[in-house]
Amino acid sequence: MPSPFDSILYKYVYCTLSSTGDAECVGNGLFGGGLLPGGLEWLAFLLTAVIMVAAIINGVLGGVLLMIWGERRLLGRFQGRTGPNRWGPFGLLTPVADAVKTMFKEDVVPTVSDRFVFTLAPILMLFPALLIYAVIPFGAGTWMADINVALLFIIAIGGANVLAILAASLGSGNRYAMFSAMRAVAMLISYEIPLVISLIGVLMLSGSLSLVDIVDAQTIPFFIVQPLGFFVFLIASMAELNRTPFDVAEAESEIVAGYMTDYSSMKFGLFFLAEFAATIATSGVITAVFLGGWHGFDPIPSQFWFVAKMVAVLTVIVWIRASWPRLRIDQIMNFAWKALFELTLINLVVSGVLLLIWPSPSTTELWYMAGINWVVFLVSVYIFGRVLGPKHDPVRSGNFQDVTLSNSDAPALPAGGRD
Amino acid sequence: MFRMRVTFDGEEVVDVEPIFGYLHRGSEKLAESRTYTQVVTLTDRMDYVSSMTNNLSYILSVEQLAGIEPAPRGVWLRMIAAELQRIASHLVAAGFFFQDLGALGTPLILTMREREQILELFERLCGARITASYMRPGGVFMDAPEDFWPALNRFLDDMPAHVDQFEELVSGNEIVQARCDGVAVVDSQTLIDASVTGPMLRASGVDWDLRHRQPYEYYDRVTFNRPLATASDNYARFIVRIHEIRESLGIIRQCIEQIEPGPVRPETVPALIRPPVGDSYVGTECPKGELGFYLVSDGGVAPYRCKVRAPSFINLTLLREMLIGDKLADMFVTFGSIDINMGEVDR
Repeated sequence: MPSPFDSILYKYVYCTLSSTGDAECVGNGLFGGGLLPGGLEWLAFLLTAVIMVAAIINGVLGGVLLMIWGERRLLGRFQGRTGPNRWGPFGLLTPVADAVKTMFKEDVVPTVSDRFVFTLAPILMLFPALLIYAVIPFGAGTWMADINVALLFIIAIGGANVLAILAASLGSGNRYAMFSAMRAVAMLISYEIPLVISLIGVLMLSGSLSLVDIVDAQTIPFFIVQPLGFFVFLIASMAELNRTPFDVAEAESEIVAGYMTDYSSMKFGLFFLAEFAATIATSGVITAVFLGGWHGFDPIPSQFWFVAKMVAVLTVIVWIRASWPRLRIDQIMNFAWKALFELTLINLVVSGVLLLIWPSPSTTELWYMAGINWVVFLVSVYIFGRVLGPKHDPVRSGNFQDVTLSNSDAPALPAGGRD
Repeated sequence: MFRMRVTFDGEEVVDVEPIFGYLHRGSEKLAESRTYTQVVTLTDRMDYVSSMTNNLSYILSVEQLAGIEPAPRGVWLRMIAAELQRIASHLVAAGFFFQDLGALGTPLILTMREREQILELFERLCGARITASYMRPGGVFMDAPEDFWPALNRFLDDMPAHVDQFEELVSGNEIVQARCDGVAVVDSQTLIDASVTGPMLRASGVDWDLRHRQPYEYYDRVTFNRPLATASDNYARFIVRIHEIRESLGIIRQCIEQIEPGPVRPETVPALIRPPVGDSYVGTECPKGELGFYLVSDGGVAPYRCKVRAPSFINLTLLREMLIGDKLADMFVTFGSIDINMGEVDR
């Protein structure tokens, strides 16, 4: 059982408050430690928890604001324009202005809505997005809780946003929201399966569900050892996040804003917040599970490495958003069941066989595994692309095959066209 | 502005009832109380992303009605303006097509960037960007300024690379192909029966371009190809437009070679045109299809009747047949591939 004192955050805050004189507290804690009188360890524990939660949540909200700014700036660059640059240096205060504007909007509740469910939905949406941060290790010793079922916890909590979308759709009693609910529920449940199975290869390698243990096990980042698992997880989590090209639940050119159509003011703001918080959380999970977590090289602190890798993942997600159009819902379902599901199964079998050959792989043996896995990855993705991809491809078959240029001298009609 | 009352079975479209008229401004009736020259401004506002070609179509009809022989330099300028406008309109169509596909504005901004160059050329040419009102019976209202020609040459030099880049960026995308291939296919006979014209008809393999079949202006003095596709699906309708942009660039180059100095409008055209009693109709190839103004004169200063054959409106008539059986998401892509303009549908 990991000790809570493994977390530097916990150690410093707790030791500052408690005066019991735990062995771990010697030399730690601000102001010499022991601010609370003896016998109040329970209060110290409680206060520590509250302070850590406040710190993480405020950090997340700050991160969301930064990401809104970063995404808009990046999208601007991708589209050959500047992006927001008016409020504050480099437009950094733009999301603050947005937040203030959102709060001062009128909060409209449609008369046909189920008021209770309608109000509950945004809260339900934000709640799981924030909970995921509890187990993400942001650096060596910088985590809130190191629970031994962290990955299971993330998957279970991450699946809860289906409920929120369903509640929002049914609660607002809107036809666009109805479409959105049908699409979202079908898609999110389908993509849960490849999402979970793609992680099993990592579990077999690390032998633990704890994110801290998984990061420790990565002598080389797991996206090198488990390429198929990494790409399936990335794609499936983009579907879980409702990001382009899987944003059918809020397709603005089709169903207005989907389940958010009837929401205004801070209720809409909460949806927005939850979406970005979930995106950052997912990038954190990807970083911890596949990109080697906080591992980097000294003297740059581990927290910096973790955040830098997260930003890299977020940039890829924004890049995809800027470049690709949206898939149709039936194509999305086909993709999940016909491609991703089989690919994860292939990954599972290959990883299992490799682990039978090298039961506890050393770093060299991990590199062997990586080589074999990359071959499997490239071959299987190529085969699936050929089988399931578009049959008719004008670009691959010489670009202009589709269009013929006619210059025949068809008999011209008499000028004017009137008899 | 355009309303579709749609019945769904899950995601599948079962029935569509298009409802128009929200942008009806009575342009045809308004034309009856304006002089022949004043009506030009009304035509700008019909299809507001291709006002030059609207001007041209109307002016040709007036010239036929009043028997005006246009000045050659004016005709060449009108052709250059019309072909530039065709490029601009096709760029808008292509950009919004991808917007309907769910792309986050990137293709739209790429096409708008190129369209902006055309609008700047129009600004040099006539002072207006969108509602040009550049053409007059007998020619155009003023000659192109000196700085127009180098700017036009720069545009012609840059544009082919931009078109290639755009086509390469979007047409190679697997998602675009998966979404567009074989969606909303209409056979050419149905299109002909519904008198659909323009790129939508040429995407089904029918070689019907009024610039070629029924040459007006000096289109018989320039050579150009008509891009034809056979698939008649959403992708074909999009790619035909991209190829037409290239052909239009060629036409403009030939116009520049053949244009000669001279008056842009004959002095003999009176300020207040009083055509003899009669009627006229000239079908022209607009970016969206055949546009024609049917004018009836009773000998007065204003048209007795002005009826517009609007390609947007007529191309929309097949909408129901095209949408039924497809998915909700394809509705908007198909709608975008028809490339209509509500200002022209409702007039």
